[in-house]
Amino acid sequence: MKLLVLGTAAMLGLPSLLLLLYLLNVDLHYLFFLVRNISPYFWSALGISLCVGLSIIGAAWGIFITGASLVGAAIREPRITSKNLISIIFCEAVAIYGVIVAIILQTKVEAVKPNADGSYGLAAANAGYAILGAGSVTGWANLACGLSVGIVGSSAALSDAANSTLFVKILVVEIFASALGLFGVIIGIIMAGNANFTAQG
Amino acid sequence: MSFGEDTWEMCLFNVKDGFLEGVVRGYKQGLLTTADYNNLCQCETLEDIKLYLTGTDYGPFLANEPSPMHTTSLVDACTRKLVADWRYLRENAGEPLGRFLDYCTYGHMIDNVVLIVTGTLHERDVQELLEKCNPLGMFDAIASLAVAQNMRDLYRLVLVDTPLAPYFSDNLTSEDLDEMNIEVMRNTLYKVMRNTLYKAYLDDFATFVHRVGGTTGEVMGELLSFEADRRALNITLNSIGTELTRDDRRKLYANFGLLYPHGQAELAVAEDFDQIRAAMEKCPPYQTIFSRLGLGETQMLDKILYEEEVRQLINTYEQQFHYGVFYAYMRLREQEIRNIMWIAECVAQDQKSRVQDGIVFTF
Repeated sequence: MKLLVLGTAAMLGLPSLLLLLYLLNVDLHYLFFLVRNISPYFWSALGISLCVGLSIIGAAWGIFITGASLVGAAIREPRITSKNLISIIFCEAVAIYGVIVAIILQTKVEAVKPNADGSYGLAAANAGYAILGAGSVTGWANLACGLSVGIVGSSAALSDAANSTLFVKILVVEIFASALGLFGVIIGIIMAGNANFTAQG
Repeated sequence: MSFGEDTWEMCLFNVKDGFLEGVVRGYKQGLLTTADYNNLCQCETLEDIKLYLTGTDYGPFLANEPSPMHTTSLVDACTRKLVADWRYLRENAGEPLGRFLDYCTYGHMIDNVVLIVTGTLHERDVQELLEKCNPLGMFDAIASLAVAQNMRDLYRLVLVDTPLAPYFSDNLTSEDLDEMNIEVMRNTLYKVMRNTLYKAYLDDFATFVHRVGGTTGEVMGELLSFEADRRALNITLNSIGTELTRDDRRKLYANFGLLYPHGQAELAVAEDFDQIRAAMEKCPPYQTIFSRLGLGETQMLDKILYEEEVRQLINTYEQQFHYGVFYAYMRLREQEIRNIMWIAECVAQDQKSRVQDGIVFTF
């Protein structure tokens, strides 16, 4: 809860702080200088690690939420275990999305020579930011997807134990939750499509 | 605000309590259905009832019961099932679920204390009284309650080590303890004591679930409000025509619930059933309850309230990720045991025509 408040405050606070400094004629040029001079390889590495890391946190969390309920409900109704493994597999798929996108992103990273002053060309900067963007989109989408599938999967286990006709119905809900992660994957792949470190220009 | 809270609740509830929630929902599946009750009502003897119940979750607990059966041994066996389930939940619970489960049993603890104290006053055998105690409300030193000669001893020797201690110390002052010689309790005062303690307990429980918050706070808040209002109603009904003053009555009502505070103020001055009814009907949920009650049918009130409670308890299973299901399981199982007792008594006393009257169907 506190985290949420802090996050909102930071998101609203940072731009207004920058605006205030700008209005007071404080020289912010060094800030842009700092950002511009970070190597595109750092950005691409950050993108790839966010992609795989957040996806796996989402998957692990989802499996945990589902698993705890599944184990509890299976004490009385052992028949639900094999059927409800599908919820676990849906969560696991989220981690696989992350890994696949991370592998695709990773193949985009190629070595280029920096300019004489240590800066990188337009193509390299473009590729670095594209990989960062693609990685974060996939990562955050998969985190949300993993949690969503996990919570629905936990309800699926409990409702299947109570009434086995409910399983197929709730599975449809779960499939839609699982599709959310794919949106992130698609956009991530499209974003990374343009990334090419060695392009001319 | 509640968006963030609910999201975290969904994400984090299962960390500690997801397993037990699954377990308790499994237990709930074992509750008797209307079809089961219909079959039980067809039974001709207690042996038939036992045979039928052997096919339900009660099976392992009834298997070794010697014939011939008695109502009490049947009910004891069923209670053992509830106690075994409850122990399993309690032993596997983390915090704050463990404290929540404890809170659910404090009511039984108060009943047991009152039972032992009043029983000793009437010079009943302690062992016999202990057997009558509700096993959910047992604590280590309960047997020594019988030796206490006055309230001060009772508090200092026994209750100070139990979770009930604050309910005593906050509500009964030192003078009260001195003055309230145990002989005084021989009169109806022990009922007042029981209700005072129960009020303190309900207030405390409500504060606790509010602190747990989230869906637990919501669901349990509703259930406890109903419980508080039902107690207020019963206290009022039972105190008509006694020397309990309005202020005394007012002190026994819990400090929350749908009737708090205006409905309670009206209840406190009510002198007969019609005034109580008028006070209750100002609250929409109770209006529907009372509308099911024909004029002059006060006996039916208990059953209607039990039915309403069961309806609310079953509703708690509609939501996930909250503690209300544990409380609801305990109350539903207790209601079921009351039903079985009623059926068994009807069968044992050859009153089969009345058997349907006392059953509160759950599903």
